Amino acid sequence: MMTVTANSVFIDNQPVELNGEVNLLTLVRKVGVELPTFCYHSELSIYGACRMCVVEIEGRGIVAACSTPPTPGMRILTNSPRVQRVRRTVLELLLANHERECTTCEKNGNCKLQDLANRFGVRKIRFGERDMKLPIDDSSASIVRDPNKCILCGDCVRMCSEVQGIGILNFANRGSKVQVTPAFNKKMAEVECVNCGQCSAVCPTGALVVKSQVNQAWKALADPSKVVVAQVAPAVRVALGEEFGMEAGQIVTGKVVGALKRLGFDKVFDTCIAADLTIMEETTELIERLEKGIEGPLFTSCCPAWVKYAEHNGSNLLKNLSTCRSPQQMFGSLVKRYWAKELGKEPKDIYVISIMPCTAKKFEAARPEFTVDGVPDVDLVLTTQELSQMIRESGLDFAAVDPDSFDMPFGFTTGAGVIFGASGGVAEAALRAAYEMVTGEVLEQVNFESIRGFAGLKEATVNLNGKEVKVAVVHGLGNAKELLNKLNSGEAKYDFVEVMACPGGCISGAGQPQAVDMNTKKARARGIYHADKLSQLRKSQDNPVVAKFYEKWLQRPNSHEAHETLHTSYSTRARITGEDIELLNSDREHKVDLAVCLGTCCYTKGSYDTLQEFIRQAERNGIKEQLNLHATFCLEGCENSPSVRVNDQIYGGITAERVGTFIQEKVLPELERNKE
Amino acid sequence: MKIDSRETLNTMGKTWKEGFAKETARILVCAGTGCVANGSLQVYEALKAEVQRRNAYVSVEMLLEEGQSGTTIVKSGCHGFCEMGPLVRLEPGGILYIKVSKDDATDIVTALLEGKGPVERLLYKHPVTGEIYAEESNIPFYKHQTRTVLQHCGVIDPEDIREYIAEGGYQALAKVLHEMSPADVCQEVIDSGLRGRGGGGFPTGRKWEATRISEGEKKYVVCNGDEGDPGAFMDRSVMEGDPHKVLEGMAIAGYAVGADEGYIYVRAEYPLAVQRLETAIKQALEMGLLGENILGTGFNFRIKIKEGAGAFVCGEETALLASIEGERGMPRPKPPFPAQSGLWGKPTLINNVETFANVPKVINDGAKVFRKSGTAKSPGTKTFALTGQVANTGLIEVPMGITLRDIVYEIGGGLRNGKRFKAVQIGGPSGGCLTEQHMDMELDFDSLLSVGAMIGSGGLVVTNEDTCMVEFARYFMSFTQNESCGKCVPCREGTKRMLEMLQRAVDGEGRPEDVEILEDLAEAVKDGSLCGLGKTAPNPVLSMLKYFKDEYVAHVVDKRCPAGVCKALLGYSIDPESCKGCSKCSRVCPVGAITGEIKKPYRIDSEKCIKCGACVSSCPFKAIKEG
Repeated sequence: MMTVTANSVFIDNQPVELNGEVNLLTLVRKVGVELPTFCYHSELSIYGACRMCVVEIEGRGIVAACSTPPTPGMRILTNSPRVQRVRRTVLELLLANHERECTTCEKNGNCKLQDLANRFGVRKIRFGERDMKLPIDDSSASIVRDPNKCILCGDCVRMCSEVQGIGILNFANRGSKVQVTPAFNKKMAEVECVNCGQCSAVCPTGALVVKSQVNQAWKALADPSKVVVAQVAPAVRVALGEEFGMEAGQIVTGKVVGALKRLGFDKVFDTCIAADLTIMEETTELIERLEKGIEGPLFTSCCPAWVKYAEHNGSNLLKNLSTCRSPQQMFGSLVKRYWAKELGKEPKDIYVISIMPCTAKKFEAARPEFTVDGVPDVDLVLTTQELSQMIRESGLDFAAVDPDSFDMPFGFTTGAGVIFGASGGVAEAALRAAYEMVTGEVLEQVNFESIRGFAGLKEATVNLNGKEVKVAVVHGLGNAKELLNKLNSGEAKYDFVEVMACPGGCISGAGQPQAVDMNTKKARARGIYHADKLSQLRKSQDNPVVAKFYEKWLQRPNSHEAHETLHTSYSTRARITGEDIELLNSDREHKVDLAVCLGTCCYTKGSYDTLQEFIRQAERNGIKEQLNLHATFCLEGCENSPSVRVNDQIYGGITAERVGTFIQEKVLPELERNKE
Repeated sequence: MKIDSRETLNTMGKTWKEGFAKETARILVCAGTGCVANGSLQVYEALKAEVQRRNAYVSVEMLLEEGQSGTTIVKSGCHGFCEMGPLVRLEPGGILYIKVSKDDATDIVTALLEGKGPVERLLYKHPVTGEIYAEESNIPFYKHQTRTVLQHCGVIDPEDIREYIAEGGYQALAKVLHEMSPADVCQEVIDSGLRGRGGGGFPTGRKWEATRISEGEKKYVVCNGDEGDPGAFMDRSVMEGDPHKVLEGMAIAGYAVGADEGYIYVRAEYPLAVQRLETAIKQALEMGLLGENILGTGFNFRIKIKEGAGAFVCGEETALLASIEGERGMPRPKPPFPAQSGLWGKPTLINNVETFANVPKVINDGAKVFRKSGTAKSPGTKTFALTGQVANTGLIEVPMGITLRDIVYEIGGGLRNGKRFKAVQIGGPSGGCLTEQHMDMELDFDSLLSVGAMIGSGGLVVTNEDTCMVEFARYFMSFTQNESCGKCVPCREGTKRMLEMLQRAVDGEGRPEDVEILEDLAEAVKDGSLCGLGKTAPNPVLSMLKYFKDEYVAHVVDKRCPAGVCKALLGYSIDPESCKGCSKCSRVCPVGAITGEIKKPYRIDSEKCIKCGACVSSCPFKAIKEG
């Protein structure tokens, strides 16, 4: 029995010594009472809305443990009749309003609401069923949002705004009509969502889930005309075991390969080799920039959520974004472009399935620039969780699966490729390469400890032939946003910046087994660095197979061939364009497409008058029947608005007064030209 | 005109007071929201034209600057007796005319200028005794009130800071700036026992002191003018009728807690209050009573207005602060309290309009004098919006500790149409009922809490025997359900389910088991909700179940509405004794539910009956009974 001191509180009549706990929740949990919560996450702000963690304090009544700091002498009851009543009522109320299709829910067996209903033995609900059916949003490539299952805990809202600094989700309406939704009830695909999926990673129910594509995988595996190829990302191998009762961080690479083969994959390859290739390309790009003295840091581009974030948030950022495709896409490109040929196959006969810790990879694989002649470089992306689903479905006893090794040629990797799975890994691998490439000396100490771990901003400075190269590593887009602000204001200056959208890097991707606690994430990171340590080769530039690829297919880093195969370009998504409004539709053979911008800038400069003037003048000139006239949104000519587009050419400064001359000078000649 | 020292304030106050004393007569036309809606501005124009026509008019400018005398005519704030509006008050004498139209202007002015005595037809006549009252303060509605917060409302022109200063305005601010330390001011407010008038009744001085000692360079003072209770308009009247009092209270608070910036959060649905406040702030800035270096003391204080977008929950202080910050108005858990981390994370003092309006009096008279009115634990007065089935309705101010009987029967003049008193709903959607048994209880913050009600923001709705308490509770529940921000589960989902059960009851679809479930749910919502809105939302239901459970049981078990209000539960039957068999009822029945033979008692088929009530009014023998 503990002694009572001036610094004691009483939890269920037992004295407990305070030790700087910030809230009652952590204190009570520390003494072995698992208070239930929906809306409490240590990495998010205190929200206090679910009211599941309530306790009774003598003299004060019922309070939420998450938002109440302990004070000495407090007498806390964690399971009094009043506490029980509130908790059970809350659960019952949530369940009553929840679409309870548990057996077919994506979260079945992995749902907090289900767990707690079970734990508290809720067997009867005294209230009526949910009385509205809201549409499901499956517009996103990565996430499916079912508002009918939402319990409005706000975890996704705070994750998206506080950790990721984006905030596409928020509350709308009042009372029982409250919903979590993107602004103006838009769909997820229509807003600045970067598909990082962290919202789904914290969602306690099936309201936000990763889009499952397991069925497409089974279909491909059953198709005899396809060579089905798997690529496995580094972070998968330290997390998949958790789904089968193994410890977090346990390296199960061999079992993953063995299981994929038993599932029917023809070849199982390692994405890490593409990571090595990425290092060769990106480091070369970095060195070139350093030599040329190009302003601004080079940003990594491995993380598709970060790339989309950059496209939304800074057109001036894009020129500093490495043109390297991500390892997933480099792999797909090599397989379809070169390896297929060696096999004597057409690209369409090879079906590439990525096993990724990531939900944004689904979006990345579907980007139009990564499809050649209608054939995507990567056909399908499955998350770690989806793979575990397939393994369970097949009945394989994962723990008993015989380990197997990756197939060649895409099976030989270095430790540098593996550490891509943790935040700081890309930068560390790049530094291992840059040092040797620039100095020509062998790097003995390959570990860059200062950029490992979970600190929001990590830094390293490396001396490359007398030049101090400053490196920054951020993870979580909120941290990235902060860093960008500092770079913009000139407060910070770096040469190379690694950004991973998910906190902790890919090991914490939203496609991984759900783990919101820090310990699991840390264990996975340890697994990654352990795998690196065990590798025979730890630098990308030492990978003999990569060297062979250059020799056989790509010549040298940043060669023309390499650019065609391994690099990409970006375009701004700063504007979310609305659909054109068709005003005149010509069915003539000879016609001109004319569009007037009604975006904010142009509109305020009078483009609406311009538009009306065009209609008037077209009538006067007798060309109304020959015009396809559209009102359109931003033509990106804001500095010289109002903007007008004639066929494919954009003209600026077309005010209503200039319309007459413009028709004479540009539109009529264009019509004449068409006739010719 | 800049008032840059205490001396100037005193001199100008004296000068203007003397100036105003040169009025031979003053006509005050109520320009509160209610009277304006009833056409008081036309009355004002007509009266002014009439006075001018008789060359008796003097403007305030001529009065104060040129020393002329004559009759002034000004727009005043709300008198509170809105159902009698448009109101016109005459000085000297304090005569009150009610229901004045512009056509009365000639008579009023003639009587006034020719000293003929008041126009009798425009005076208040007691509905029961028939007695006629000329002086406003003698009318029973006013006689039993103690108007201190509302002392200027209806008496001065709220749009002229000189009137406020002439009446001793800004003296309290001058006093604290010159004679008291911030700690002294907080102590004075603590000693006064002033408690938050927004409903909770938290000791105001303790809030001030907590904010004062809270560390921070930047602090804020926020005035909560988001009065959202249905039917309550106390704060609106103060802001419209005496805006400078609120500003002065806030400035004193700013000095006491160390803030240099204040916000008034006022509903956008109160455009007149917003406009009067804007005018008042502008005038105070021009005179230097707000702004930099106030009265030459180095104290700076500015006030901004933030208009609310109409969410009831924004009356909750943390939601209000979120709303000022531009966020969705949702409460957040306390602690941290606003005094520690409020607006933009800075220590913030937030008080209600009426609380701030009490402050100048506390400072001018001192804590001791302030404590003389009200009860020991709830000193001072409280304003209420008295509505419902009483003869006199309107805005009233009474000392804490007054009995319900005095309010209902003395001020309210008893129930209308000789009906029987049933209950008073106090505190709006957050409050509860008081019944016959509470008639002689002294009303204050604590006594009300002890019987399951609360002062809330001060709505007082009197009900009579014809009020269905289940429907009454349903109404308030639908209000809170609509206004819940939806953040915490008990409030969002719990109010929805309580409303569902109450709706079922009035629709005749109640289930016997609902009685127990409703009570259990109400207790859980009260215990479990995050903010005051949710914690008090079950009060109307709980107090209905406490005092009128039999009515609820009648609804859900017997499918009967004892008050005869809930249509779905009404049943009609023909008393065979009284029925003469005239067939009138069967002829007016739109659905052919009434049949019978001439000269024999008729019968109603309850399956067919749609409860329209047409038969009841058609029966010449009152043989058809409802219920």
